[in-house]
Amino acid sequence: MTAELRTTAGESLYPRLEPLLAQIQKPIQYVGGELNAQVKPWDEAAVHWALMYPDAYEVGLPNQGLMILYEVLNERPDALAERSYAVWPDLAALMRANGVPQFTVDGHRAVADFDVLGVSFATELGYTNLLEALDLAGIPLHAIARDESHPVVVAGGHAAFNPEPVADFVDCAVLGDGEQAVGDITDVVKAWKAQGRPGGREELLARLARVDGVYVPRFYAVTYADDGAIAGVTRTRDDVPAKVGKRTVMDLDEWPYPKQPLVPLAESVHERMSVEIFRGCTRGCRFCQAGMITRPVRERTITGIGSMVEQGLKATGYEEVGLLSLSSADHSEIGQLAKELADRYEGTNTGLSLPSTRVDAFNVTLANELSRNGRRSGLTFAPEGGSERIRRVINKTVSKEDLVRTVTTAYANGWTQVKLYFMCGLPTETDEDVLEIADLAVEVIRAGREASGRKDIRCTVSIGGFVPKPHTPFQWAAQASAETIDHRLRVLRAKINEDRRIGRSIGLRYHDGKPGVIEGLLSRGDRRVGRVIERVWREGGKFDGWSEHFSFERWTQAAAEELAPFGVGLDWYTTRERTEHEILPWDHLDSGLDKEWLWDDWQDALSEEEVADCRWTPCYDCGVCPTMGTEIQIGPTDRSLLPLTVV
Amino acid sequence: MARQPDGPPPPPTVQKLRIRYAKRGRLRFASHRDLARALERALRRARVPMAFSAGFSPHPKISYLGAAPTGAASEAEYVEIGLAVRCDPEAVRAALDAALPEDIAVLDCVEAGEGTGSLAERIDTSVWRVELPGMTLEELRPAVEELLAREVVVVAKRTKNGPKDVDVRPSVVSASASAGAGCAILDLVVRQGTPAVRPDDVLAALAAVADLHPPLPPRAVREAQGRLDDTGTVADPLDPDRTAGAPDQEAHATV
Repeated sequence: MTAELRTTAGESLYPRLEPLLAQIQKPIQYVGGELNAQVKPWDEAAVHWALMYPDAYEVGLPNQGLMILYEVLNERPDALAERSYAVWPDLAALMRANGVPQFTVDGHRAVADFDVLGVSFATELGYTNLLEALDLAGIPLHAIARDESHPVVVAGGHAAFNPEPVADFVDCAVLGDGEQAVGDITDVVKAWKAQGRPGGREELLARLARVDGVYVPRFYAVTYADDGAIAGVTRTRDDVPAKVGKRTVMDLDEWPYPKQPLVPLAESVHERMSVEIFRGCTRGCRFCQAGMITRPVRERTITGIGSMVEQGLKATGYEEVGLLSLSSADHSEIGQLAKELADRYEGTNTGLSLPSTRVDAFNVTLANELSRNGRRSGLTFAPEGGSERIRRVINKTVSKEDLVRTVTTAYANGWTQVKLYFMCGLPTETDEDVLEIADLAVEVIRAGREASGRKDIRCTVSIGGFVPKPHTPFQWAAQASAETIDHRLRVLRAKINEDRRIGRSIGLRYHDGKPGVIEGLLSRGDRRVGRVIERVWREGGKFDGWSEHFSFERWTQAAAEELAPFGVGLDWYTTRERTEHEILPWDHLDSGLDKEWLWDDWQDALSEEEVADCRWTPCYDCGVCPTMGTEIQIGPTDRSLLPLTVV
Repeated sequence: MARQPDGPPPPPTVQKLRIRYAKRGRLRFASHRDLARALERALRRARVPMAFSAGFSPHPKISYLGAAPTGAASEAEYVEIGLAVRCDPEAVRAALDAALPEDIAVLDCVEAGEGTGSLAERIDTSVWRVELPGMTLEELRPAVEELLAREVVVVAKRTKNGPKDVDVRPSVVSASASAGAGCAILDLVVRQGTPAVRPDDVLAALAAVADLHPPLPPRAVREAQGRLDDTGTVADPLDPDRTAGAPDQEAHATV
C-alpha cells in the first residue's frame, strides 16, 4: 500500500477507482448502488463492518448469509456494514499499479479502514481469494502480524466449522448462525473502542473468544505426534472455552431477513429472490455437511414465509421466488404453502420455485402446483448415489422403482427435462455402483417416452466427486483419488453412449476429480495446510473455484514441498482413512453432534444400515438437541395465507 | 402439439409509450443488458400494467433501441413499452423514474402517435461529447483537423467475430475540439450504421491519423439521438408523437 495516497478513514476511493473501471471487463460489478444497498455516514457508526464474499460479485451478491448480516448490522444505529467481493485479476493488476486498495462496493471505502472484516466461506476454494483480498487491502496476511489499527478478520459460513487451514490468516471464526453473533461481536468491539482500546488487540481477541460461538485460533496450541496426526490441542489462556460451541437462531420468524433483498444491475448466478423456509435438516444424509452442522430443524411459519415473499417482491421487482432450504419439500406445511402462494400470485407473471432434492412423487405434485400457469421445463432430483446399495450407505434411501416412477410421473405431467444429481467416489463405492446410473437414466428415458408419448424428453445426469467433510459421519472416510473419479466417469460415459437411440436423450455433466482433491485437502486440513494455501497464492493462485484459474499442478507441488517437512502430504489428508480415536483438527469445535454418534453412524454406513428421520421419529441420539438446549421447531401451525387486498 | 398454458391469452397491447432516459454517473458502467434488467424490474416495482407475450415464458413487451456502449454515459437512450391498460404517460414517467436507481433518469415519456411510424426510423445519428482528461486543446485540435481532412480512415474494430477493419471517416458527420476544465473536449456527430462507429473508434482514428493518445481514459456522453437534417443537427425523435397526439382519448388508469 502506498501510504501517501491514503487520507481520511472511510473516505470514498471512487474517484481513483473510476479511471480504472474504464479499462476492465464488467465494470458494473464494482460500482455498487444496487437496489436496497445502503451507505451510512462513516462517523455516525461506532463499529464498521466490511462483509466480504471471497468470490466474484456475480456469485457473492446473491449469497443469503451475507445479505442477512448486511441488513441486520445496518439496522443498528451504532453499526455500519458494507460489502466487498473478490476482484478479478484484470482490476487487481490495475489496483496494484495505481495504489488503490481492496474496497467496499457500497461506499468505496478501503477495507483496511473498517473495524471488522467478516468473510463468508461457503466453500474452502475461496481461501486463496481471502489472501488476495488481505494483500490488496494492505492488511498483514498473518493474524499475529496485525496490530490494533487493523480490522479483526472474522471467518464465517459452513467452512468455518474447520477454520484450521486458515487459522494463521483469520483472527476468529464464528460457528453457526450469524444473526445474533454479529450483534455480540459489535457490542464487544464497541465497548473496547469506547474504553480506549485497553490491552490492545490481544485483549480485544480475548474478549471475543468469550463470545458464544466465537473461536480465536491463536489461543489454542496444536501439537503433532510422530505419525503426523494431531497429538493435542490445548488452550493458551484459561479464560477461553476448551471447546467452542455453535450459534443457533431458534425462532426464524423473529429474523425475517433479508427484508430488503439486494437487486444487482449486473447479472448474477441467481436471478431470483430467495426466502429461506427452514434451517437445518433431519434427513441425515451422511455426506452432507450442511445437514449435519445446521441441526436442529427450525421452520419458518407459513404466515412468516407469506409476508417475506410479499415484502420481498415489492422491494425487488423480481419475477421469481425460490423457497429455499436443504430439503424444501419437508416443510410441514409445504403443500398448503405451495397452493396458497400459487393462488395469491396467479396471473401476475410471478414464478415460484423449489430447489427439488427429494426423490418422490410428492415433489412432482408440488412442482406442478408451483408452475400451475407457467412453463414446465426442468425438474431436478438428487438421488446422489447410483445404486440402491450405495444409497443405503449414504442414507438417502430410495428404491430404483420409486425413482423411475417419480421421474416418469414428471415427464407425464409435462416436464420435458429432468436433471438427476449424483456423486461418485462415495465410501465403499465400486465401478458397478456408478454404472447403475446409466441403467437408471436409460430406464427413465424409456419409461418417460412411453408415459409422455413424446420423444423429445431429456434427462441430464450431473455428477461430481464426493469430498468428505468435517462434522459428518464420513469425516473418517478415505477420499477417492482423482484417478478413481476420472476412471468411473469415463466408464459411465461409455455405458451411457452404448445405445445411441436412448443415449442421445441423456446428457452427462461432470467435473474432473482434481479440484475435489484440493477441496478435500482444505476441508479436512489442519493448520499445517495454511502454508500450502499461502504458497499457492504467492505463486498466483486465486479464484480456485473457476476452472480457468484453478491449477492442480500448482497445488500438488506446493502441497508436496510445504508438507514434506511435517512428514505428511496431500494423500495423507485426502485418500487416508482415519481411525476412531485420531484427534481430528476440528474436535475442539462443537457442532453439537456427538462424536460417538457420528462414529456409530459411520459404522452403520459401512454395514449399509439406514437411520430414521428425527422429524418423524423422536430421537436425540445425534446429541444436538440435548447439548445445545434446542428442539426441532416444526409446524403445522394450522394458519393460512390471507388473500392480499387488491391494489 | 406443445402444451399450452391454461386460461385465456394475455391481454393485448392497448397503448405504446416511448421513453427517453439518461444513464449517468456510476451507471455509465452498466451494459445494455444490465439496463434492460434494471428497467424490467423497475416496471414491476412501479406496477406499470405491462402487456406480455403469450406462451409459457411470457415476456413484457419492451423494445430497446441501440444502446450506448458500456462505459459511456448518455442523455438520450430510447425504449418503447407496450401496456395492457392505458396510462397517463407522465404518471408512468414519474413512477418509473422513482423506481429506477438514482443514476438512471427517465426524462421523457410520450404515447406513440398514430401513423407516425416506428421510432427506429427516426434515429440515424448520435451526438457525442467526449471529455479527454489530461489533454489540451492544442493537442486535440490539429488531430481533429487531420481526421476531417482525410477521406478514408481505417481502424481495427473488435466485433463479435474478431477484429474487423472499418472505415470510420464516412460516419463522422462533424467533429470539433474545445477546451474544458482539465481536459479537452471532442464534440462529435456520428451517423449510425453497421458496424456501429462509436467514440472509441473515432479516438482510434485520431490515434491512426495523428498519433493522439489520451493519457487517461476518455469519458463519453451521448447527448442526443435522432435523424440528421440538412443543417447537420438532429431532430428530437419524440416530436412526431407529441404533435400527432394520442390515437384516442379514453380515461387513463393511474399507475
